[in-house]
Amino acid sequence: MIEINKLTKTYDKSSRALKGVDISIEDGEFVFITGRSGSGKSTLLRILLKEVEPTSGRVVVNDMDLGAMPRRYVPRYRRTLGVVFQDFRLLKDRTVYENIAFAQRVIGVPGRTIKEAVPRMLKLVGLSSKYKAFPHQLSGGEQQRVAIARALINQPAVLLADEPTGNLDPQNAMEIMKLLEEINRRGTTVIVVTHSRELVNMMKKRVITMDKGIVISDVREGGYRYEN
Amino acid sequence: MRISTFWYCFKQGIINICRNIWFSLASTAIISACIFLFCVFFSVITNVQHMVVTAESTMGITVFFDETLSGAEIQEIGETIHHEKNTVIKDMKFISAEAAWEEFRSEYFGENTDLAAGFAEDNPLAGSSSYEIYLHNIADQGPMVNYLQSVAGVRKVNYSNSAVAGLSSFNKILTLLCGVILAMLLAVAVFLISNTINVAAEFRKNENKIMRLIGATNFMIRAPFVVEGTLLGLIGASIPLGAMFFLYNSAVEFVMERFQLLSGIIQFLPIEEVYPMMLLVSLALGGGLGFVVSFMTIRRHLRV
Repeated sequence: MIEINKLTKTYDKSSRALKGVDISIEDGEFVFITGRSGSGKSTLLRILLKEVEPTSGRVVVNDMDLGAMPRRYVPRYRRTLGVVFQDFRLLKDRTVYENIAFAQRVIGVPGRTIKEAVPRMLKLVGLSSKYKAFPHQLSGGEQQRVAIARALINQPAVLLADEPTGNLDPQNAMEIMKLLEEINRRGTTVIVVTHSRELVNMMKKRVITMDKGIVISDVREGGYRYEN
Repeated sequence: MRISTFWYCFKQGIINICRNIWFSLASTAIISACIFLFCVFFSVITNVQHMVVTAESTMGITVFFDETLSGAEIQEIGETIHHEKNTVIKDMKFISAEAAWEEFRSEYFGENTDLAAGFAEDNPLAGSSSYEIYLHNIADQGPMVNYLQSVAGVRKVNYSNSAVAGLSSFNKILTLLCGVILAMLLAVAVFLISNTINVAAEFRKNENKIMRLIGATNFMIRAPFVVEGTLLGLIGASIPLGAMFFLYNSAVEFVMERFQLLSGIIQFLPIEEVYPMMLLVSLALGGGLGFVVSFMTIRRHLRV
């Protein structure tokens, strides 16, 4: 469960990215966070990732109070999250298999476990036949699938996706959304930050809309409120 | 740490080295130069120390006394000298005129004892009772000789030549010089290793950021760079160590040929005695330098 209370983030005196945001997300929910550029969506995501510290307010993720968390516990906390980016952020010099295994190697997972887990994830994202390919040999949609597999391999409780379909054509974007929905169906909480009106309207999931650092609407099975 | 994690970090360290091969070669070369100089100075200093120790234990000061003094008076003066200078004196031996003649006779006439028979009742070395004094540190020889020459009843003081006595101060100057040159080379090595690690960190910037977001610890992010730095240091140390292993004996032969006159004073240690310590210190210096510099350099790249 994610509990956000009176969250404020001020970068400098003139710009306040978040102004007392209150959000509660239950385990296993699928949530879209939408809003114009500069509405505070990305800042919210970065606070959840503990990349930036809030100015005030409280954030509790799976019973862990981020404000009270010592720095040495941050890596362990981040292992409970999966992150997917708009630009995929794959390692160009490594194969699909190595990109996915990377997420386990760097946290010291035994080799035997990696050998079992990676094929399973490849199967989930439908890339079993392309495990030897390098990122540049894949389409945008396939690259994003690799990124999702990498985010999921450590079985995170929450998957954070920042504009996951931003670089994809509508068909690939739809397939990625279906994949995220499938992942959500298996029990992972999915939070997607997006600008895509079509996808938000089509998915009929909870939609939190932000503007100028505040939550202006929070609707179950909602739709997109703003013009892009 | 798991073995698989260790090998992963080790492999990534090697990849770092190969990616920035020119920087890596430059760092290795400067470490090699640094360690080579260290090895040369180490060999010279170890050998000079050995010569000093040998000189200290074999070359004594011989003190002769006025011929008018009796044996008891000479021994009394000897006791006074020992009492006043007991901190610098390692050993002190009284040699009577009779003992001196006996030693000379056996050395000079050897088995032809009949040749010495003419001196049987007339010791040519009568009045040559002496003390042989050995010091803890040959550097104290000068002041000791001055002191002995000022003692009443002392006729003559014989001591080893100043070249040997000067070995000690030569050793000090050499150590100082070695320290200064090494410090300069180490500064250059630190700069180059740090630069190499910085370049590697730039190459891995994206990867480090992903690692951090995935939940990798600072240790895991840092490890490939520390492996890289340590390997550069160890490789840099191994090259001059290999060269020294083959060059040492040749250098010793060269010096002995060129300075045959000094062969009585200069006695080099065999490589078996010099090399083990040189090997350990050089590897520790190279590896340690690479480890510390890479560890410190990568710190500022950790907060991504």
